[in-house]
Amino acid sequence: MNKSATSDWLLFLCFTVAVLAMPIWLKPFGADYPDLMQRFAIFGIFAIGFNILFGLTGYLSFGHAAFLGAGSYAALWSYKLLTMNVIPAVIFSIIIAGIFAFLIGFVSLRRSGIYFSILTLAFAQMSYNLAYSVLMPITNGETGLQLNLADPRILDRAAGIEATNSLPLPNIFGVATTGMPGFYFCAVILIIGFFIALRITRSPFGMMLKAIKSNQTRMAYTGFNTRPYLLWAFVISGMYAGLAGGLMAVTDPLAGAERMQWTASGEVVLMTILGGVGTLIGPVLGAALIKYFENIFSSFNKSELQEVFAFLPEGLADIMVSVSSMFVGKSWHLTLGLVFMIVVIFLPGGIMEGVRRMGRMFGIGKAPKEPLSVANTQGSQANG
Amino acid sequence: MDAILLQILNGLDKGAAYALIALGLTLVFGTLGVVNFAHGALFMLGAFCAVTFNLVLSSSTKVRDESVTLFEAYKEVPILETKFPNIGPVILDYSIPLSIIVAIPFMLMIGLLMERGLIRHFYKRPHADQILVTFGLAIVVQEIIKHYYGANPIPQAAPMAFAGSANLSAMLGIGEGIVYPWWRLIYLAFSLLIIAGVFAFLHLTTFGMVVRAGMQDREMVGMLGINIQRRFSIVFGLAAVVAGLAGVMYTPILPPDYHIGMDFLVLSFVVVVVGGMGSLGGAVLAGFLLGILQSFASMTEVKSILPGIDQIIIYLVAVVVLLVLPRGLMGRKGVMED
Amino acid sequence: MSNKKTPLNTWTRRDVLKASAASTAIAGAPMFFTRNAYGADYLNNPGDASSVTLGFNVPQSGAYADEGADELRAYQLAVEHLNGEGDGGMMNTMQPSALKGNGILGKKVEYVTGDTQTKSDAARASAKRMIEKDGAVMITGGSSSGVAVAVQGLCQEAGVIFMAGLTHSNDTTGKDRKANGFRHFFNGYMSGAALGPVLEKAYGKERRAYHLTADYNWGWTQEASIVASTENIGWTTDQTVKTPVGAGDFSQYITPILNSDADTLVLNHYGKDMINSLTQAVQFGLRDKSVNGKDFQIIVPLYSRLMAQGAGDNVKGIFGSTNWHWSLQDEGSKAFVKSFGAKYGNPPSQAAHTCYVQALLYADAVERAGTFEPCQVVAALEGHKFDGMGNGPTEYRAEDHQCFKDVLVVKGKENPSSQFDLLEIVEVTPRAQVEYPHDHEMFSGGALGSCNNGAA
Repeated sequence: MNKSATSDWLLFLCFTVAVLAMPIWLKPFGADYPDLMQRFAIFGIFAIGFNILFGLTGYLSFGHAAFLGAGSYAALWSYKLLTMNVIPAVIFSIIIAGIFAFLIGFVSLRRSGIYFSILTLAFAQMSYNLAYSVLMPITNGETGLQLNLADPRILDRAAGIEATNSLPLPNIFGVATTGMPGFYFCAVILIIGFFIALRITRSPFGMMLKAIKSNQTRMAYTGFNTRPYLLWAFVISGMYAGLAGGLMAVTDPLAGAERMQWTASGEVVLMTILGGVGTLIGPVLGAALIKYFENIFSSFNKSELQEVFAFLPEGLADIMVSVSSMFVGKSWHLTLGLVFMIVVIFLPGGIMEGVRRMGRMFGIGKAPKEPLSVANTQGSQANG
Repeated sequence: MDAILLQILNGLDKGAAYALIALGLTLVFGTLGVVNFAHGALFMLGAFCAVTFNLVLSSSTKVRDESVTLFEAYKEVPILETKFPNIGPVILDYSIPLSIIVAIPFMLMIGLLMERGLIRHFYKRPHADQILVTFGLAIVVQEIIKHYYGANPIPQAAPMAFAGSANLSAMLGIGEGIVYPWWRLIYLAFSLLIIAGVFAFLHLTTFGMVVRAGMQDREMVGMLGINIQRRFSIVFGLAAVVAGLAGVMYTPILPPDYHIGMDFLVLSFVVVVVGGMGSLGGAVLAGFLLGILQSFASMTEVKSILPGIDQIIIYLVAVVVLLVLPRGLMGRKGVMED
Repeated sequence: MSNKKTPLNTWTRRDVLKASAASTAIAGAPMFFTRNAYGADYLNNPGDASSVTLGFNVPQSGAYADEGADELRAYQLAVEHLNGEGDGGMMNTMQPSALKGNGILGKKVEYVTGDTQTKSDAARASAKRMIEKDGAVMITGGSSSGVAVAVQGLCQEAGVIFMAGLTHSNDTTGKDRKANGFRHFFNGYMSGAALGPVLEKAYGKERRAYHLTADYNWGWTQEASIVASTENIGWTTDQTVKTPVGAGDFSQYITPILNSDADTLVLNHYGKDMINSLTQAVQFGLRDKSVNGKDFQIIVPLYSRLMAQGAGDNVKGIFGSTNWHWSLQDEGSKAFVKSFGAKYGNPPSQAAHTCYVQALLYADAVERAGTFEPCQVVAALEGHKFDGMGNGPTEYRAEDHQCFKDVLVVKGKENPSSQFDLLEIVEVTPRAQVEYPHDHEMFSGGALGSCNNGAA
């Protein structure tokens, strides 16, 4: 146990350093600009939270985007009504998402397996469709909720911050949270979120969740009422999603209905599976990989490719450009689809399985195996 | 009265489409235990079978439009029409129903390839892995189609004889102004035929009996010395054919584009689950139920009482059904519940 | 399970403090490098660099991918022309023009591209990448109003210029107008104002219109615009029904029309929704119907050639409006179609046209201002009058950054002579007829605010 504690510490330390040093080590990948790093952190939080539910209990929610969207709307309304300070916005987004998750979770957890998945999906899709149309006064529909010069911002006005002719920026006690400060804000919260997830996983509560995953019926026979545990896991992961939604509004004050769509719910499912279900780091890696493809691969165009392959002889360069242009720019989805397939075919258990295999190859496989795969129990028994 | 009858027709028509898509999905779900996120892509491939068949048939000689000098503009005259003035135009006109002949072997081949090449390695893998691999496959298939056909919908015409509407009031003597497009009536009839065919296949043939037994208890059937794997790959092929045919026949109603399968994916999962896991009848019933309710929820009279109800009705019904009936309409115990 | 001791219980308060102090220190360090190094005069100042970067943010996946691809082609053509390559296209016909064919202010024009996916979040992420990573001084493109409004807001916050692509909602230069954003494309109000008289002439003063409207901001503003202009010519509005975006099958919304008193259907749909609803409306025999002794008619207020392609034969004879069409015979249009057609082998769409024009207008404004500084570029664009860009005399109105120009009323062609020849121009509605005061009620509730150059 002691050894495990040490390696947990090591893991946390490495994670912290890696996250905070992102601007340095992401440079060679062309991903060292604030917006993308913010996204890595935000979707990392989203995926970590999702993994608390899916990774530990095996309950696959297909509606977590609802909480992401709810968090964003809550943060925006906090800006509009109260203050541009991000602290209340983030707190509100967690609370609102938590309440929302409690309501949906309370109903959905009456069922399990695919029935649970479809219930969560249905709730999220209803939220999305209503936010897009009927709930227009709260959500501003398709255009998305934005700041307005005429917003009341009661606390800001009371504090004597006068409205100017340009829109105010979200800030933390005067420091604007866009750009690099925004990234560090998200990064610190990601680290805290990771720490909490680590604690939850190691706690008796986490053990209980894992036990539910491995055999719920047996748990029930021993006289345990599993539902309160599940509901807590659901609410906690919903709060993580709300936090992520709130942070999206922290770095960019806009909240759109599409954040609640099933594609957004599906995305976090894919992130988690791609990285490694039940692992602590995996979901963060999965989130980063998908966001990297979405933002960097989609941006390559022919003229940039020509520059890349300029060192080759002309005919060869042309061939390389036309072949590689099949996988970038407007075809970035193709590459993403191929990556999904390749990873899952060759690395059952996601990217973390690859990390584990590499670790074993270099002979350091024994020690870090346990902490990296906290719940690598998702083997064949999850097959129904 | 007419309005209600028309909405019932609409509902049946929608239901037929939902049921047909869900039927293939639930076959794969219920028999093989595979969560197939590429099912929508199979529907889309079917639709593009029709598109491609039509393209080949209407391969044309190009007549230069001389009035345009800035770039090359053509009016296309299909070779079939010029070479065979009698039969050519008729064949072209019936290209959609004719493309079924091409679609059946093609979709069967795609289905078998998919099962043998990919899916069978995932029977023992967690559902999470199945989701990732089939979703990845769906994206890849979509992007390939987008690469060759573009992202814009491609219009497909129904045969001239069925392009208009049938005056049902005059034909059946009900109501006054009930007219309904011929092609939609044909789609409804076609769906019922396919559904009946699949049921007959599973209930009246020995093959079907073994498959149904496999749905009940795969291990038991395996122990009896029956090669259930071989049969399962044929079931997968069958599901692909059903999805593909649904796609072929739907093209005159909805001009297909590369994304059409994804648009139906979520809906087809909802239909299957509302019907109940492992039940073919449930999926069909749920398809028609959701179709009809959706049609009624879209009526202005209903919307004025419950604004936005047409946007959420499918999901609302799904929630209510799953809360009242734990395993959907006709689900069996223990399938996909853990 | 009985093991209650968890590994990380050893955290003490002091450890947490130490860790957070350390992270603050790390956090502080790289912040020196965040703002651009050329001094704080304005964001992404190209300074002494020999090139300048523009950001082309278009949908490359999703329903509008083909439209986006066409926009991108137009931008690439515009860059060629600005850099003095190719035949110069509309640079030769633009009046007045400060462009010299040596880049912008002598700097070679380079560009970066991104995929909006027709989603606000993805579009903003992509635009942010261009601003933060690639140093773009101007963002342009887009094929839907939601995205245009979202990206326009972002550019305002960041402090770069936004030249909108295809966006037709009144809101873009109405309640969501921004000082840093400019729209060349026309809008719902103009469509209504242009269509009104043509419809009156074609279908008379007494008609009952039934509206099917995409249930989101653009659909609503267009519906309001068309209702107002048709009621103005004496028509009555039977019903306005909202349909969910991406409904696919519209049958349940179409059958009630069969039993209504309406004799005209207005489809306030765009893209795939329009293709599907029109195709299905025709299938249900609406066009063969006659109500109250009048032939039933369908109207599609906003048309594009790419949509007409998707709807096939169903568009024949159906009225709508468009911003520009390749068959126009003025010098500007001819020059543009020639150089676009020569390069790509097909005529440009209206989306391509508006994007090409926007790129040239921006470059011209920079030349006139003598700087890339956004606020001076804004000043150069405000109230700018120009001609020779395919739409006749045009003005960028200072009050709302909307271009005012003639509007085309078109009709689906009965006998197309080629695969591109789908629409015919019925009338060129003069600017005066589609003009409105900038504080018109359909456009009220917004304010430009002051321009932002990102230096703050």
